[in-house]
Amino acid sequence: MRKVFSRPESLRDVPFHYCPGCTHGVIHRLVAEVIDELGVRDIAVGVGPVGCSVFTYEYFDCDMFQGSHGRAPAVATGIKRVLPDRVVFTYQGDGDLAAIGTGEIVHAAARGEKFTVIFVNNAIYAMTGGQMAPTTLLGQVTKTTPYGRDKEINGFPVKICEMLAPLDGSAYLARVAVHNPKNIINAKKAIKKAFQVQLDGLGFALVEVLSACPTNWGLDPASAMRWLAENMIPYYPLGEYKTPGRTL
Amino acid sequence: MPKVTFREERCKACELCASVCPKKIITMAGHINEMGYHPATVKEQEKCTGCAMCALICPDLVIEVEKEEKAG
Repeated sequence: MRKVFSRPESLRDVPFHYCPGCTHGVIHRLVAEVIDELGVRDIAVGVGPVGCSVFTYEYFDCDMFQGSHGRAPAVATGIKRVLPDRVVFTYQGDGDLAAIGTGEIVHAAARGEKFTVIFVNNAIYAMTGGQMAPTTLLGQVTKTTPYGRDKEINGFPVKICEMLAPLDGSAYLARVAVHNPKNIINAKKAIKKAFQVQLDGLGFALVEVLSACPTNWGLDPASAMRWLAENMIPYYPLGEYKTPGRTL
Repeated sequence: MPKVTFREERCKACELCASVCPKKIITMAGHINEMGYHPATVKEQEKCTGCAMCALICPDLVIEVEKEEKAG
């Protein structure tokens, strides 16, 4: 018998603290599988965010840092510049990267910092109990938008990939989703490319992963996956927004 | 024959594995695990094709899939 599916070595054998059906676990696994496959575990340095995934240092079996809220790209910049032979990545949510850390991510991309960003977008502030995030969809009900997000009052959701694409420093930008097995396979390919871009020294790489938050969306996990496909993907189209040498 | 094993104590019963299984052979067990969830289990192991879709979507790495080596 040959194992066709088992736990990647770059993921410590401890239970995740995430809610049932939370796709952070899937994304952690994909990143760990990519680190395994590229054989960079010994030189990988990750920077965690503030948010649900604040405990990433408990899960990844490589060197890990934990940045202040939104500042992971600034911390990663420091690590990569001092230790340019390391493979540096940040793992950030939308409350971290697209709200308080917008300045950091925009300037890291503009400077063309040579690290990889895994941006988990679940369209809500999950750790704090489900408040509206910059990425919350129009009409989406959250704790702070009980009648749905209204563009007149709350403005429009932020599209990070589209926002970073015009910056010359960004080399690879892609948006993927993890709501079904097919998309999970595609997500892993994009994450692998984003690490490869860094290994090749081509510049800033970011993969935006559309993720589900069944708890704060108020849905059971299977319905949350459908909600993601039916609501998030139309507003946040999947695909590669920028690859080295080619811009969409 | 492909074999799928569930690490019961890690299962949070999100049922995503059951929702993607093409053979619909994954169900939630009658008993509860240490965390208080009804863990996922497979009733008819012989119907499993080893496609690993359940393992791909499982957020808690509960599932391992084994397949026989192809001859030659």
